[in-house]
Parts: sequence; structure tokens; C-alpha cells
Amino acid sequence: MNSMVAVITSTVFAATPLIYAALGETVTEKAGMLNLGVEGMMLVGAVTGFAVGIKTGSLTLGLIAAAIAGIAMSLIFAVLTLSLQTNQVATGLALTLFGIGFSAFVGHDYAGMPIPSLPDLHLPGLTDLPVIGPLLFNYDVMVYLCIPLIFAVQWFLTRSHAGLKMRAIGESPSVAHSIGYPVLAVRYYAVMFGGASAGLAGAYLSLAQTPMWVEGMTAGKGWIALALVVFGTWKPLRVVLGALLFGGVTVMQLHAQGFGFSIPSEFLSMLPYVATIVVLVLICRNPKTILLNQPASLGRNFHPTA
Amino acid sequence: MYRLEKRPQPSAVMRVVSPLLAAVAMLVTGFVVFTLLGKDPAQAFYVFFIKPINTSYGFGELLLKASPLILCGLGLALCYRANVWNIGAEGHLTLGAITGGGVALWLGDSTSLFALPLMLLAGALGGAAWGAIPAWLRNRFHTNEILVSLMLVYIAQLLLSYLVHGPWRDPAGYNFPQSKAFGEAELLPMLIQQTRVNGSLVLALVLAGASWFFSEKTFAGFRLQVAGLAPAAAAYAGFSEKRNVWLVMLLSGASAGLAGVCEVAGPIGQLQASISPGYGFAAIIVAWVGRLHPLGVVLGGLLMSLLYLGGEAAQMQLALPSAVTGLFQGVLLFYLLAADIFINYRLRNTATATPPNAAPSSTEAGV
Amino acid sequence: MTGVISPRLALTDISKRYPGVVANDGISLKVFPGEIHALLGENGAGKSTLMKIVYGVTKPDAGTILWENRYQNINSPAEARRLGIGMVFQHFSLFETLTVAENIALALDRRIKPVLLAEQIRDVSVRYGLPIDPRRLVHSMSVGERQRVEIVRCLLQTPKLLIMDEPTSVLTPQAVLTLFETLRRLSAEGCSILYISHKLDEIRALCDTATVLRGGRVSGRAIPAKESNQSLARMMIGADLPECRLMENTIGEVRIGIQRLSLRTEDPFGTTLKDINLAVHSGEIVGIAGVSGNGQKELLAALSGETIVAQPQSVLIDGHPAGRLNPAQRRHLGLSFVPEERLGRGAVPPMSLSYNALLTGSRRGMLRSGIVRKAIMRAFARNVIDLFKVKCNQEYSAASSLSGGNLQKYIVGRETLLQPRAIIVAQPTWGVDVGASMLIRQALIDLRNRGVAVLVISEELEELFMISDRIAVLAQGRLSQPVLLSDTSVEQIGQWMSGQFDTIESEREENELVPA
Repeated sequence: MNSMVAVITSTVFAATPLIYAALGETVTEKAGMLNLGVEGMMLVGAVTGFAVGIKTGSLTLGLIAAAIAGIAMSLIFAVLTLSLQTNQVATGLALTLFGIGFSAFVGHDYAGMPIPSLPDLHLPGLTDLPVIGPLLFNYDVMVYLCIPLIFAVQWFLTRSHAGLKMRAIGESPSVAHSIGYPVLAVRYYAVMFGGASAGLAGAYLSLAQTPMWVEGMTAGKGWIALALVVFGTWKPLRVVLGALLFGGVTVMQLHAQGFGFSIPSEFLSMLPYVATIVVLVLICRNPKTILLNQPASLGRNFHPTA
Repeated sequence: MYRLEKRPQPSAVMRVVSPLLAAVAMLVTGFVVFTLLGKDPAQAFYVFFIKPINTSYGFGELLLKASPLILCGLGLALCYRANVWNIGAEGHLTLGAITGGGVALWLGDSTSLFALPLMLLAGALGGAAWGAIPAWLRNRFHTNEILVSLMLVYIAQLLLSYLVHGPWRDPAGYNFPQSKAFGEAELLPMLIQQTRVNGSLVLALVLAGASWFFSEKTFAGFRLQVAGLAPAAAAYAGFSEKRNVWLVMLLSGASAGLAGVCEVAGPIGQLQASISPGYGFAAIIVAWVGRLHPLGVVLGGLLMSLLYLGGEAAQMQLALPSAVTGLFQGVLLFYLLAADIFINYRLRNTATATPPNAAPSSTEAGV
Repeated sequence: MTGVISPRLALTDISKRYPGVVANDGISLKVFPGEIHALLGENGAGKSTLMKIVYGVTKPDAGTILWENRYQNINSPAEARRLGIGMVFQHFSLFETLTVAENIALALDRRIKPVLLAEQIRDVSVRYGLPIDPRRLVHSMSVGERQRVEIVRCLLQTPKLLIMDEPTSVLTPQAVLTLFETLRRLSAEGCSILYISHKLDEIRALCDTATVLRGGRVSGRAIPAKESNQSLARMMIGADLPECRLMENTIGEVRIGIQRLSLRTEDPFGTTLKDINLAVHSGEIVGIAGVSGNGQKELLAALSGETIVAQPQSVLIDGHPAGRLNPAQRRHLGLSFVPEERLGRGAVPPMSLSYNALLTGSRRGMLRSGIVRKAIMRAFARNVIDLFKVKCNQEYSAASSLSGGNLQKYIVGRETLLQPRAIIVAQPTWGVDVGASMLIRQALIDLRNRGVAVLVISEELEELFMISDRIAVLAQGRLSQPVLLSDTSVEQIGQWMSGQFDTIESEREENELVPA
């Protein structure tokens, strides 16, 4: 029983950064923007959150700074692709490469420094309950913040008028422009939301999961988040489900030894990457699934010629 | 007021000028960054960009590091020409090192003349095999090659790590994660005295020439270009998309695989857990800065190699983290992408009126 | 000018330049309340630009707009809608994956509860005879239905001026009549209508007044009812409308055969083809009429080889089963193909015209063991440019730098010079000016006279009636029996276009088609 609880809580723990990053990217992509820079934005968020956390001694300030850093990174992407019309795929790749370099550069002096981890909630009475306590009442604040975020994104995309406008822009920016929507402005916002989420996702790694700064510590999580958006067919709740599944895979890798498997650790570490490929194959096998769900203008630039 | 205006035709001049513009902008940024870090910019500049290649040994290092960048960049350039977004060169390189290095370990202390060619072949095949996976998955299951090729990078690196920690570890190596050193016949011949330049440079230049011929002169090269510029036109003309994907993924896998085996059969001389400081990723920038043109890739490879050397020098002599290399790489690509806007657009001063000679072309469909 | 009623909209000296082209040059016009005002001109005359200026999509470089006697800058479509200006676009401004109600909600500037909105949509659609279901997804609707959505969307804002941009190009002749009724009712209620078209008959039937544009300038004003097609055409193009004539021709063997072609579409928004049968003979032009979105795209892809068909016998090219062949292999059998989409399918936009010759012309001596022979490629391109009077800076010009009409001349020329045994042409003159249209149609007729089998798929009934020997209709993925032009009428074809025809007895066709 206890080991089951441990598996579930560590699954949630492992999934949290993926949820942030993938939800942010879902919103970005719903507006028609494909930002492949998630990995880079996460790294910069991770290093910024860590550095600010150390300097100020406040993890909250660290998280805020990480979100701002993510936004700043995403703005580079937005300015290039939206204002200067550069290719989205190439620019996203550039953002990741830049993020890897920039975070390593900035983080050089912080490598290996200790930082107190984001504290877990402790509600006297509730947290101490057997099973239920650790299962529900013993996470850190970022896990709990996730829940309103998930429902906010879900509501925004499916129920709100602003979300409808954004989806419309992702569907056909030229039509949206012709009926008078500020396509570029909305796309800017969507990209910035993705940036803030990725920044937070990164900070979660360096402030809660690890917690320390290690060069390249995202280890492909940004890319996995991108795959999750496809896996979730651009639907927030499914994306979250996918993130939890992936969290589970990661945890399996940690617990496998405990369950008595004797597989070299490298092969266990491959699991999330192999799982990503398998998941992509499963979901992309039928091109109709993608065609029906993918925002029609995804990755295509739009320039209001006027 | 200036504003951007679409050119009637893409500018051929700007295609060549924009990488230069980007390089200059990167240098200026370097100046600013060095100053902000409290370094004397002129001296830092000298240490970073000039001193590393001041000596013949240093220049040799430039060529040595450029070779894998060029090899990976050539393959990626082919992919990007065909609109295939392979970003897994680092993985292809790693697998090439594994298969090529595996052959070397299997041959042991062989002195056969065929040892090296066999290793190169194995490296190319290994890289190609790794490239075949995203190609097959894309053609068969419509998966996105960006994500698949990247995931395979991690998998290849973990595989290498497993091998040098486990079955291939040198028993006499004090438990270091590395294989036995390769024999003399399994190492690339040196080219220039007093430097570490080896045969991989020749390989890179020959492949650059071949790649130029393929892209500029052959119908197959033309088909790739069409697929990249206008996929619907390629379908209309009957150029098979799947065949293109296979072709570029196998070729780029093979050439990155060669880069990998050249590293382990060259400066490294054995298999170890880490064999590349991210050449495969830097090669993405090389391909881009080189305008996806083989000659450009060669020049881009040299520039990127200089950034690596500069980073090392900065670490030793300026007490800057060597990660400054990655910073410059990213910045360079940003500037390039931004400068590219002038290929299709030009700045026009809106204060001066449009010349009246622009006669209405009666057939311009209702703009 | 009576001076009693003031105009609802008055444009004075509107000018708009784009790089290399003056789209509008000092255009003035007035529209009065309740007036149906035609804006007439051929493709590229500047009509669409002018309307985008009125609707606030585009800003003019010079000139003034007077709306209900007040000078007004219209900076955005939202502002235009606030003023009471509605627009129905030629290429609909609807989002395919959203419902009708969502589409309409998106364009309303005030927020209405979804329930109320659905009610309002039903009200308006009943009142003006435009039946639509607010819950339906747009991609499941026909082109005519989509237009209704656009119109209803405008009407919900009770417009004072409704701009219709080439509204009839997507409608069957019967649907055109219904549309005219709606427009007349609106005008009777005091709504002004700006009706953009290049179709002379329609304008004479519907409009009170007309402003004619040519080359971005006003070239005439008229009361259409008092004009003839000839006099309007002279204002529009400065000459009489040229005509093509089909001479008697001997018909040979079947060159394009389609037998029992059924095709399920991969595209979730596509049309399934159902049991299509047709034979196109050497020396004839067969026209396929129909509103686009009824399987045209799918049929074309199945014929060109961009979609492979399971049964090899479903598509016969010059007697050879070709269903499983790719486009290059079909071209080898003597098939040429001019796609609807010029830039990006028929031609590679940033490539030079000579490389665009290589795109489909590689078999004409341009290769030697896989190596491109550039001299031959360039010579071929120059030949196309000369013979088809393509206006460009030599064969080095990028395809994207050519105007629509010139590029189409180049593509038709290229496909013609490949010496085909059969040619398939989609929308040969869509968006092309009159001069280039005539040249292209004549080229097709010349091919027919030389014994080539020509299959033309077009939305323009007028064009098909001008150049076809026989005509068939594609509706909802089914193809009608082809009929001789002399045996049919615009009315009958129009009726067929809405799907009202019996599927063919495929027996007779089949006997004819099977190669010996």
C-alpha cells in the first residue's frame, strides 16, 4: 500500500513540470504558433529561478523570476516569427540552442550549489491521515497551482469568447484578419503564455524536483512536452493525462530496481524517450486524428499585408 | 519612417550578405557582452577570436574541429533543403562512433589496411541506420521527425554510456567509463605535421564537393529542392515524398555517422561516455549559416569551430565559462534568422513617395 | 445629382499602391440608400482593393471617404461594422472547424448569449429565405450554404451598406436567382448594396447603377439596364469581348478513360467520389461543370496521380491502365496537367521559370544520366515564353514574380509544349485577365484541333459553354452523363449542379473503354 502511494505521489511530482510546459505550449499552438523552444525556455527558467532563489532567499521570487525569464525568451521567438516573419521551426530550434547556451553560461557559477526545496504542504490533521494524507495533502504549492491552471486553460479554450477568438486565429489567421481581429497581438499573448509556463516548468525542476542547478538539467523534458501536446490532440485535459502517464513512466524507471528488475540503468533511463516515440507513432498512425485536431495554421506565418 | 516592403523577387545578394551581417552582429554582441562582464573588450576579442588560430597548431585545431561540424552540417543541409527537419545529427554521430568504434574493438590490434575503411563504413552505416528510424516512422506512421530524431539522440547517448560502463569497458582502465585505446591501424592518418589535423578533413571536403555536385547538377538534387520549397509542386510533378525522406535521412545519418567514427578514430582514439561537445546540434546552425549550400557549410563549420576554440580560450584565459560558445551559437542563429528578412523584404522610407513609374499591371489579380 | 437625397457612401479620389502596381488610382463613386450599385471590372482592375478599403481591411494611400455626410477614416472591419457596413467575401471568411453560431458570434461586435444568438440566426434566416442551422459545423456545408452564413452574419448587424464580392462565382444558376431576390428585398428595405462582379448579364439584371473600373481607374459609369453587354464590355476592357469558336472536328479514340472510379477521401473535409465514368476522346474538349467542393479536387488528384487509385483500370490514359501510376509515370503515357493552384503546385514560387520547366519537362531531353542539361532546359523555357507571350524578365524570373495571368500562360504553355496526348486543365482562367484568358482558351482549342483529348474542369459555366464539345456535371462526388453542348442548356446544367441528375448507365461507356 505504502509503495503504491509512493508511486502515485512521485508520479504527480514527476508530471508537474510536464503539465506546466505542455499546457503552455497547447495554448501557444492553439493560436497557430509552433514554438519548438520549450526546452530552451525551460532551461532559462530553471537557471533564473534558481539564481534568484539563491540571491534573494525567496523561492516565490525565484518562481516569479522564472516565469518572467520564460516570457522574455518567448518574446525573442515572438518578435522573430511574428514581427520579422522568420520560419517558426528554425526559430524555435534556435531558441532551444540559445537557451542551452545561455543557461549554461549564466548557471556556471551556480552549478552544484544547494538550495532548500519548495516546501510541501502540511495541514495538521489532514496531511497526517493515512494514505489520503500523503496522496492529497502533502505536495508543494506548484502542484496545487497546477489544478486551477488546468481548469482555467480548459475553460479558456472551450468556453470563453476570448478563447474562441484565439482558436479562430489558429484556424485561419487570414480569415480572422479579414473580419478584423488583431492576429499578431493575440499570437504574441499566446506565445508569452507558453513562455511563462515553460519558465515555471523549468523552475520546478531546479527548485523542487532536483533541487539544484545542473547544466542541461531538462534532459529533453521540453521536447517531451511538445510530444504531449500532439499526444493530447491539443486538448488540455488529455495533455494533462499524457503528462501523468509520462510521469508514471519516469517513476517506473526509478522504482524498477526496487521491484527487483535487474536492467542496466541506462536502459531504464531510455524509457521516457522510447515512450515518446511509441506514443507519437500511436497517435499519428491515423493522419485524420491529427488533421481534425491540429490547429489548421499551425507553424504557418501570417503577415497582414496592408 | 522606414517600413518593410515585400520585394517583387527574393534578393540573391541578400542571401549571401545576410550570414555575413549576422556574423558581424554576433561580433558586436560579443563586444558588448565582454564589456558588460567587465573584461577589456579588445583583449577579450583577441583572446576569443584571433589568438586561438594564431599559431599553426591552433589553426590545425580549427580544421580538426571543423571536420565533424562540416560532416554533420552537410547532411543536415540536405535535409533542410528537402524540408525534412532532422535535428538528430548528434545521435547519428554517437551511433556512428559506436558502430565504427565497435568494429575497431572487434578487430583489436589488427594491422590490416582494411581496418580503417571498415570502421568508416560501419560508422556511416550506423549513422544511416539511426537516421532510418525517423524516416521509416515518418513515412509509415506520419510521425514528426523533429521529435523522433531528437529522442533518438538521448537513446544513442545512453546506449554509448551503457557500453562504456559495461560490456566494452577497458578491463585495465581502472574502472573509467572508456574502452581500450584503438590500435595504430584503426586511427586516422595525420595530415599536417605539428598539428592534430587528420584525414577527416579530406573526407569532409570531398563530401562537400560531392554534395555540391548533387545539389546543383543532378535531377535528384532538384527534386529535393522542389520538395522543400513547394511540397505540393513536388507531388504534382510526381516526385515521391517518401523517397526524398529516405534519401536525406540516410545520407545525413551516414555523414554524421562518419563524423562520429572520425572523432573516436581521431582525436579521442577510443570510445568514452562523451564524444562530442554538441557538434550535432551546432551543425544545425552550421547548415543554416551556410545557407544550406555546401560551400557555405564549409565556411559555417570553420566559424563554429572558431567559436568552440574561443570558448575554450575564454575559459582558460578570461575566466569565463566555456558555455559562452553556446551563447554565441544561439545569438548567431537569431541574427541570421532576423537578417534573412531582407531577402524577401526591403526597407523603404515612407516619407519619400513611391515612384510614379510603377504602372498598374492589369493582370495582378485583385491584390 | 438631385440634391434631395444625400449619398450613403461617397468615395473621392481613393488611391492605393502596392509595390510594382497601382491598385486604385483616384477612384470616386457614390452609393445612395437602397441603391444596388455594381462595381464592374475584369480581374485585376482594382475592385477588391477598393472594397477592402471601404471595409477597413486596407488603408488607402490617398483620398477621402464620406459616410452619411461625415468624413470617416475606416480603420478596421470592426469600425466598418459599427458604421453599418457589412461584407460578404469572395473567399469566405469562415472558420471551417467552428459551428455556424460560433462563426457568427466571432464577427459580432456585441456579445450575445448563445441561445439568443441561435434564435436571432433562425429569425433572420427565415425572414430572408436563407435557411441555415446554427449548430452545424461549417466544413460540412456546401459552398452555397456557406455563403448564406456569411450573408446572415452581415444581416444580423442590420447593415446600411452590404458589400458583395463576386458572390455568384460559387453558385448554381438557380441559387443566383434566389440570391438576387434576397438582395432586392434588402434594397427595398433601404439597404445599399455594392455588388462586385465581372459578369455582365448579372449586373444588367440586378443593378441600378454601375461604376466600371479598368487598370485601377474609373473607366465609365452607367445605368446597366440601358446598356448592352457589348457597351459594358467596351467600358470594362476597352474592346469587345473576344469570342472563341469551335470548328467541326473529327473525334478519335478514347485518351482519358474513367471507369467506375470510387474513392474514399483521406481528408476529413473532403468529398468521396462515387462511381465516376467518363471517356474523353482525341480531338474533343469535355468540360466538367460544378461548384467547387463537390469532388473536383479529389477527381483531379485521382486523374493526375497525386492520389493513387486502388483499381488500375479505374483510370485509363491512352488505353493504359494508370490507376496505380504516379504523376511522373502518367506523364510518361502522354498526360499533361494544369492544376488549379498555380503558385506552389503548378510552379515552384521562388524558382526561375527555367527550373520550373524542369519540374514537369525533364523527359524532354533535359537530363543526361541524371544530370541536368541547363542549356536545353533554358531553351525550352524561352520557347514557352515566346510562344505564349509570357510577360517576364526572361527565363530567370522567379515564378512568384509573375502576375497570375502570366504564370498561368507559362504553365499552360509548358504543359502544351510537352506534346501531350491528353491534357487535364483545372480552372483554366480563374483570376486571369481577359486577354490572357482568350490566349489560354485558344491554346486549348488548338490542342483539340491537333487531336489531343482535353478535359477542362471549371466553375465558370460561361467558359465551359464557350469551349466544350461535351459537358458533364460533378455534384456531391457524382458525375452526370456528358451531353453534347447542342443538346443542353445553361438551365439544365444548372439544375444538375445541385445534384439533380440520374447516375449514368455505366454499361455503354464501359464497353467503349475496355482496351482491346
